[in-house]
Amino acid sequence: MIQFLNVSKRYPGGFDALNNLSLNIDAGEMVFLTGHSGAGKSTLLKLIMLMERATRGQMVVGGQNLNKMPRRQIPFLRRQIGVVFQNHQLLFDRTVFDNVALPLMIAGFEPRDIGRRVRAALDKVGLLSKEKLNPIALSGGEQQRVGIARAVVNKPPLLLADEPTGNLDPELSAEIMKLLQQFNDVGVTVLIASHDLALIERMGKRKLTLEGGQLVADVPGLGGEAA
Amino acid sequence: MSQESQKALPDALSRGASLKQLSLLNLWRSYCRHHISSARDSLNRLLRQPLSSLMTCLVVAIALALPQVLSVAVSNIDELGQSWQGRPSLSVYLHHNVKQPVAEKLLTELEQLESVAEGIYISPSEALQEFEEHSGFADVLGQLERNPLPPLLQLSLVEQLSLEQVQSLQANLQARPEVEQVDVDLQWLQRLQQILALGRTLIWLLSGLLALGVLLIVGNTIRLAIAARKDEILVTKTLGGTNAFVRRPFLYTGLWYGLLGGALALLLTELCLFALAGPVAKLAGSYGSDFLLMGINWFDAGFLLLASSVLGWLGAALAVGRHLAAIEPK
Repeated sequence: MIQFLNVSKRYPGGFDALNNLSLNIDAGEMVFLTGHSGAGKSTLLKLIMLMERATRGQMVVGGQNLNKMPRRQIPFLRRQIGVVFQNHQLLFDRTVFDNVALPLMIAGFEPRDIGRRVRAALDKVGLLSKEKLNPIALSGGEQQRVGIARAVVNKPPLLLADEPTGNLDPELSAEIMKLLQQFNDVGVTVLIASHDLALIERMGKRKLTLEGGQLVADVPGLGGEAA
Repeated sequence: MSQESQKALPDALSRGASLKQLSLLNLWRSYCRHHISSARDSLNRLLRQPLSSLMTCLVVAIALALPQVLSVAVSNIDELGQSWQGRPSLSVYLHHNVKQPVAEKLLTELEQLESVAEGIYISPSEALQEFEEHSGFADVLGQLERNPLPPLLQLSLVEQLSLEQVQSLQANLQARPEVEQVDVDLQWLQRLQQILALGRTLIWLLSGLLALGVLLIVGNTIRLAIAARKDEILVTKTLGGTNAFVRRPFLYTGLWYGLLGGALALLLTELCLFALAGPVAKLAGSYGSDFLLMGINWFDAGFLLLASSVLGWLGAALAVGRHLAAIEPK
């Protein structure tokens, strides 16, 4: 699903966020990406979304070569990738329903399909009863779950999460992780950047550790153990 | 998490981890749907802030109404000039040696012409007598050895002759052997036409400048709207919204500003004409004329609405082109 070969990213000003990084994530895997702040976790996710372009190296995501992808193709790549942000990035000028419906409207789904899929996604994260509320009225954990519903509503083959539990207490964090794993269980490739080491250990999944823009450890998962 | 929602998972995502392919027809339909929803949502946004929207529309309207009022004024003056041309007259001066019978025969001949309504012959002696009575130079004139005034045919022309027709008639008469000179009492009309032509040029220039103003006004308003919706744009681009998708609502906002501004401009123009109609009728009445102000015709109104919509759209396109590219998810 994701192949990086000798990928480097140097930001203007000379900072090397990624340095000759190679990795391979198969379809259907659930992988944690960890490391200190500035180790390159966010940059790696941004490269996958083509929010940044690699300075050097080859990148293939979902069978598509990102190096040669023209700008106008980028939106269509992003539609294949669900993203969960630490600050969830919900829009407070519309309801929970409309927030979750946004990816479907962008992709041009039929209105009745939209209603069905949005409710399925909201039901999955346990917020079906709050579809008419403004997300500002929800708790932090609920907002993050709306963010997850939005990320999975168009059934992307790949789900990225950047510190999805960064602002949540341990109990809510575990709940979010469990939710993400359920998507992995039905075949979605999940890549989670997190520095919550205790939680990652309990999940027992493959763990990639970045340091100074390089891959310093690749610990395989324990296989099948759930949180 | 409830038991039901746990079970809902395989169902909700059972068709697997790929985006369902949308057929071309579906894409086309969703494209049209987004146009409609963009148009509707942007109009709703304007209506949700009626005061500030009205301000922008009013500025657009005033900028458009100014040339419109001037253009209506010029058209009216033109019309007025045409109708006051009324019965132009020609003074045909004959050579001194042309005797009265010849002159009267010529007059009869000229009266047969389609463009001539009637004519009279004024002999040199009649002319001299008239001149003595009106000028007060009787003493001086009496000392002249011979009458210096030529025989004259005074022709009244029929109405609704164009300037060109009158001028060609003048040239025809001038070519006759008996005729020394033909004067047309039309110079004021020619000057009026020139002034009107100048006025029209000025209106075009003014329209150009004010159209530029409308572009900038709408552009600036859209720039503010883009800044206010920056988060939404970022999220939309992150979720795979194309530039066209992001641009569309703003273009429709510009279109609405233009269209509503144009409609308001028509209203303002009509109000101006309504306010002027009374005084103009009074003025015309004092000259014994039944002149009525012409309003805006349907064609002009349609053109104004079209032009204002295009201007609004263009203004938005300029702003969007400049500011939207700068907003990329980081």
